[in-house]
Amino acid sequence: MYRNLAEAIRDAEARGVPLSTVALELEAKDQGRTVESIRDALRRALVIMREAVARGLVGDLYSSSGLVGGDAAKMVNGPPGPLAGTMFRDVLARALAVQEVNAAMGVIVAAPTAGGAGVLPAVLTGIAASRGIDDERVIDALACAGLIGAVVAERASLSGAEGGCQAETGAAAGMAAGAAVEMLGGTPTQVGHATALAQQGTLGLVCDPLGGLVELPCVFRNATGAAIAMAAIEMAMAGVTFAIPVDEVIDTMGEIGRNMDVRYRETAGGGLAATPTGRRLAKERLYELKRSPG
Amino acid sequence: MVSLLDIIGPVMVGPSSSHTAGACRLGLLARCLVGGTPEKATIELHGSFARTGEGHGTDKAIVAGLMGFRPDDERIRTALEIMEREGLAYNFEKTTLGDDIHPNTVRISMERGDRHAQMTGASLGAGRVLVSDIDGYPVEVTGSLNTIVLVAEDVKGSIARIAGLLADNNINIATLRLTRKERGGDAFMVIEVDDQPGENVRDAIRSLDWVRWAFRLDKVSA
Repeated sequence: MYRNLAEAIRDAEARGVPLSTVALELEAKDQGRTVESIRDALRRALVIMREAVARGLVGDLYSSSGLVGGDAAKMVNGPPGPLAGTMFRDVLARALAVQEVNAAMGVIVAAPTAGGAGVLPAVLTGIAASRGIDDERVIDALACAGLIGAVVAERASLSGAEGGCQAETGAAAGMAAGAAVEMLGGTPTQVGHATALAQQGTLGLVCDPLGGLVELPCVFRNATGAAIAMAAIEMAMAGVTFAIPVDEVIDTMGEIGRNMDVRYRETAGGGLAATPTGRRLAKERLYELKRSPG
Repeated sequence: MVSLLDIIGPVMVGPSSSHTAGACRLGLLARCLVGGTPEKATIELHGSFARTGEGHGTDKAIVAGLMGFRPDDERIRTALEIMEREGLAYNFEKTTLGDDIHPNTVRISMERGDRHAQMTGASLGAGRVLVSDIDGYPVEVTGSLNTIVLVAEDVKGSIARIAGLLADNNINIATLRLTRKERGGDAFMVIEVDDQPGENVRDAIRSLDWVRWAFRLDKVSA
């Protein structure tokens, strides 16, 4: 796979094809498979993503510790806010839904990770549902997201333990923003700006889950990550550009992650996990977890 | 090399791709070294695996992997109960393997029948894994390809014999790494292949009289 997005964007622009085309062709070559077999795997991923959204929106799932659950359903049935009835509110509900399923040890697609698994399905299936975009284009968008994530994996990290939440929900926001711009007909160059705009908005984001559990704030970070992706998509589609090239923004994320104190890298030693309430909740819940097997 | 399907995937039981799916994959690779589900195992958790493993189901996921369950298998949730029901003697220890060791690392020591093996591996994020040590030999196994590992006497022409045997079975070698602890000591070979070697290939390798043991590590990622 490509190690920088600039090269992929150049190749795609030169041929007048979307980024997903160059990504799928290179993946097929790398893996000795056909493009169609890779698209079939992505088609299965899309099915699982939609199932996770639907499962989470029911609202009866709670995490093993009981710290999170039921909030996705509130976004469907709860009182209206300024975004009532919009695609934006639906995207937020979907992000919460997938992450509530994940916290309850349900089946999800890690994209790029389980902790950030709500952002990409929320943004892509939310926009596709609202705009009537057909599945083949959503599958191509997933390929574009995979390309962006692969570059982040090579240049920075996709692990909260290594790079903080900027490497999980932050990377997911960058992937979702770029993929959605391709799905909406943006150029490869616009995809690059969308990814840079989303990723810059999550730089420095720490991974500070209560008790080290992928629950709180992870569920909510997926919703706010999706919101940042939506902002980046809107700006990039409007022609807004980001002056720092996307690969350099990704490198910056990696650099910040490497220098981030270990307390902020999934160890529950700092951030929200270390607040008085965070510590108390984690202690109570972990105690209950140990008492109740399964 | 990162695959696009490593990023959009795996399909998995939550909550953590590194602490649950990656942990399960490390268990799946480890069991191959004893040719099936180990009867006994000591599972040493390092770093973040030790500190936050319980809440992520890391313990359940490694046990599930050792029992042959894949990351999308919903039995991961109840893996510890299944382990007890099956009478498997696995125990967990928290340890520190060193300062420069990846935060999500596990060392698994296993027994099955008269086979003993030890494997150290890390979960790198997004479900990707890297096995760094097998029985004291430094290796780099990612589980993204089918892999053959073998220990052989340090005899001349051993690589040619193995390569010929694989070619005869229409198996293409992707990477090959040979290490040994000292001159004239046992040679340790890690061969990643593009195809799926059958039991017959493993058995043919095992039947060479200078091969001490050989195992096939089936690929664990898409």
